[in-house]
Amino acid sequence: MTISGAIVSMVAQGGEMGLVLLVAPLLVGYVRKVKARLQRRQGASLLQPYRDLRRLLGKEVVLAENASWLFRTAPYLIFALTWIAASLVPSFATGLMFSWTGDLIVIISLLGSARFLLALAGLDVGTSFGGLGASREVMIASLAEPAMLMIVVTLALIVGSTQLSTIAEFLRSGVAGLRVSLALALVALVIVALAENGRFPFDNPSTHLELTMVHEAMILEYSGRHLAMLELAASLKLLLTITLIAAIFFPFGMTSGDNGVVDLLGVSRGILAWGGKLCVAGALLGLFETVIAKMRVFRIPGLLGIALMLGLLATLLLYVSRGL
Amino acid sequence: MIAVLLGIFALLVVGGIGGVISEKAPVFVYVGSFVLTLLLFAGGLSALFAATPMALALPLGIPWIGAHFRLDPMAGFFLAVINLAAAGASLYGIGYGRHEREGARILVFYPWFLAALDLVVIADDAFTFLFAWELMSLVSWALVLAHHHAPEVRRAGFVYLMMASFSGLVLLLTFGLLAGAEGHYAFALMRATRPTPAIAGVALMLALIGTGAKAGLVPLHAWLPLAHPAAPSHVSALMSGVMTKVAIYAFLRITFDLLGAPPAWAAVVVLVLGGLTAGLGILQALLEGDLKRLLAYSTVENIGIIFIGIGLAMAFAASGVAIGAALALSAALFHVVNHAIYKTLLFFGAGAVLSATGEREMDRLGGLIHRLPQTAFAMLIGAAAISALPPLSGFVSEWLTFQAILLRPALPQWGLKLMIPADGALLALAAALTGGCFVKLFGITFLGRPRSNAARQACEVDRFSRAAMLAAAALTLLLGLFPGMLIDALAPVMRELLGVSLAKQSAMPWLSLIPISPARGSYNGLLIFLFMLVSTGLIIFAVHRFASRSLRRAPAWDCGFPDSNPITQYTGASFAQPLRRVFAASLFSAHETVTLPPPGDTAPARIEKTYPDRIWNMFYAPIGFAVGWIATLFNPLQFLTIRRYLAVVFAALVTLLIGLAIWQ
Repeated sequence: MTISGAIVSMVAQGGEMGLVLLVAPLLVGYVRKVKARLQRRQGASLLQPYRDLRRLLGKEVVLAENASWLFRTAPYLIFALTWIAASLVPSFATGLMFSWTGDLIVIISLLGSARFLLALAGLDVGTSFGGLGASREVMIASLAEPAMLMIVVTLALIVGSTQLSTIAEFLRSGVAGLRVSLALALVALVIVALAENGRFPFDNPSTHLELTMVHEAMILEYSGRHLAMLELAASLKLLLTITLIAAIFFPFGMTSGDNGVVDLLGVSRGILAWGGKLCVAGALLGLFETVIAKMRVFRIPGLLGIALMLGLLATLLLYVSRGL
Repeated sequence: MIAVLLGIFALLVVGGIGGVISEKAPVFVYVGSFVLTLLLFAGGLSALFAATPMALALPLGIPWIGAHFRLDPMAGFFLAVINLAAAGASLYGIGYGRHEREGARILVFYPWFLAALDLVVIADDAFTFLFAWELMSLVSWALVLAHHHAPEVRRAGFVYLMMASFSGLVLLLTFGLLAGAEGHYAFALMRATRPTPAIAGVALMLALIGTGAKAGLVPLHAWLPLAHPAAPSHVSALMSGVMTKVAIYAFLRITFDLLGAPPAWAAVVVLVLGGLTAGLGILQALLEGDLKRLLAYSTVENIGIIFIGIGLAMAFAASGVAIGAALALSAALFHVVNHAIYKTLLFFGAGAVLSATGEREMDRLGGLIHRLPQTAFAMLIGAAAISALPPLSGFVSEWLTFQAILLRPALPQWGLKLMIPADGALLALAAALTGGCFVKLFGITFLGRPRSNAARQACEVDRFSRAAMLAAAALTLLLGLFPGMLIDALAPVMRELLGVSLAKQSAMPWLSLIPISPARGSYNGLLIFLFMLVSTGLIIFAVHRFASRSLRRAPAWDCGFPDSNPITQYTGASFAQPLRRVFAASLFSAHETVTLPPPGDTAPARIEKTYPDRIWNMFYAPIGFAVGWIATLFNPLQFLTIRRYLAVVFAALVTLLIGLAIWQ
């Protein structure tokens, strides 16, 4: 790679990182808007999440008296971890500069690190709500994370790589064709994605005082800029999971950012395709959340267990036969 | 070689002197052990990279055999791991040993324990090996019984002694089979003669049982969570972090070195046991409320992960995929190093909490991050590392194991085709549960509000203990950032056992970890760490520069109803309750009963939970019962007259002679 090539790919990677950061709140606003319209409400403006963030960033932080340094640094670390994970997922282009520093397992583990910190932060102040959220988050993660890893194993067995860019390019080329294992993996991935983001039927992202809440219970003690960081991280995570599903199962329209050569036409086409995928996925998510009810907490393991079993089944199929 | 033996001998002497002198004995013993283990660590490293193995035969032991010692790369590797952890434990002991009431019971045996561990890995004949193995068991038994006044410690010591003798007995049979009728007790002769497949299979299974009993493989793990926590904390660290690794060493030595290529069906057995061990170990750890017992159960889980790696290596070696075997075995040995470092770190932390508060029960602790800031920081690193979070070292071995699972070569056996994906799922489950388990350990112990006066008034521990913990934390970070160095260091071991090694990692661009090829998967812990630093720094700077930086301390919000009583917090038991309901209800037949008083009654409501130990009830209790029953049956034999004894002896002789006659 030449110097100019390195600069070009660095700019492309930087642009991608900036773009996901900019788009993430918009996606949240969009999903909320879709849900509001489906409930025949006008709903808040698409830009409301940005306004919320600005308001939170400008406010003073009210910190619990016994909060430790961990509680204060966790929001920044969680945000950074989620951001890095998001930058490793190819959104509009594959093979960007950072994409080789970590594969799909690394992305999952980065999100796992963020969750580890968040659960600890929930326990830090020593309130009952924090403990409740952390305990439930750990329960959900204990099934969602293995299910996710089994999906990764399935993909990696088909493609022969855990590298997300390679997976996306391989699946885009159509060599893999239609496979039973891919279908199982898609269903499992959707279930896991809903659980990871605390969406229906696992958690209700828009309530605060509900006995079954998970994510909101952990961040209950946060305020001001700390809360802004966590909200931004949560919206980044939603964007990341949708982008991930799109990159694996609907990889059309992406451009290749390899070799430091980025053609502007390809990039703009890639961004348009990515935007389209986000619109469709967000609308589906809004529709899904409108028609389905939240589950009782102890029904959750059953659903996640299904995801885990589907992932395991897909892997088993691939070990038994290479064609399935 | 001679230097290493001298070092081990010096450890024995240090122990002897430590028992004789009374004043300054702890400092002398621990400083002596620290220096000697550092030297032995260097010796292990030099053996790892030496071109040819060093060997030495001494006229000790059984006259016509002698005592053989040999330092090949694998022995050097394990010697280095043992002594690295032992150096940490000795450094920790300089401070921790001062609080010890039962000084002499530990000071003599501690250096002897280190010496015995070292002797096992350099032994090169069956007699020396078994002698060192039994010495290791006995000395560690003495250390477990250091606080023998507590009845549960005595029970732990008894169970441990039984299991240790069982393991020794099974290994004796293993070496008996390997030695054959001619009695080839030296390992060199065993290597030269390959037994028939049937005998090799039996020997392999015996070796798995014998070493598994020492390592804590399910269902032979029952003694481990009893014995490891009973010892003083730095000894617990060594038992969990190092002694289990010596058992791994013995298994590798017998399977890959003495027996040659393992068969595929044996790989299936190892994979099944490894997966079960990983899953059950971490579930029991989750349900545990005692700091040190939780760590001991987590050791069981980690042993399972290591055995999964070994099982994969055996499967790949049997299928002729040498590079895959090298990848899987590298993952297993990487995990050996990792676990030796972070498990000692975590036991040091548990010991620090114990000496600061006198408490091991998590539900009586809390808020220690304010009182023990440095211990808390080191423990946080240890907890994150064992939970396999990047960029720490635990993640690398997990990642490597997954890369091995993903190789999917053409496997000859249906058992393998089913077991490898199942182990992948179990490994993923274990990894996720470990995260939850250590959120609980750290969150309940160090975060929140103190739940007892002891926790409220705790003071930071002495500087030696802190140095040992922080050094271990730094090591696990370094290993996570530069994993390629360790993988390169493992290359001689791979060449010795499998004939191939992974590509040189330090030559990869950007120090990335690329075990097979860049298209298959790569990981760069260093860059991930730098990104984390840069983006966290950037965001903190940007927020504080351009947004608000004001901050006010106020009472906790807790949805408007804060309760000043710390018992309203989540405890370890309540934290694990959802997981208990999900997993343990069926697996361990965990059972909860809630008793609510009738309306108007002011008696407290109670929740009682029981989990009967199924493995204990299914395996150990019947065996114990059978032994007791047989003993009662044979009891009359004790009270015979001399004539009857003679008759019995004569009858036995005749029976044996008849047996011999039929045999020939």
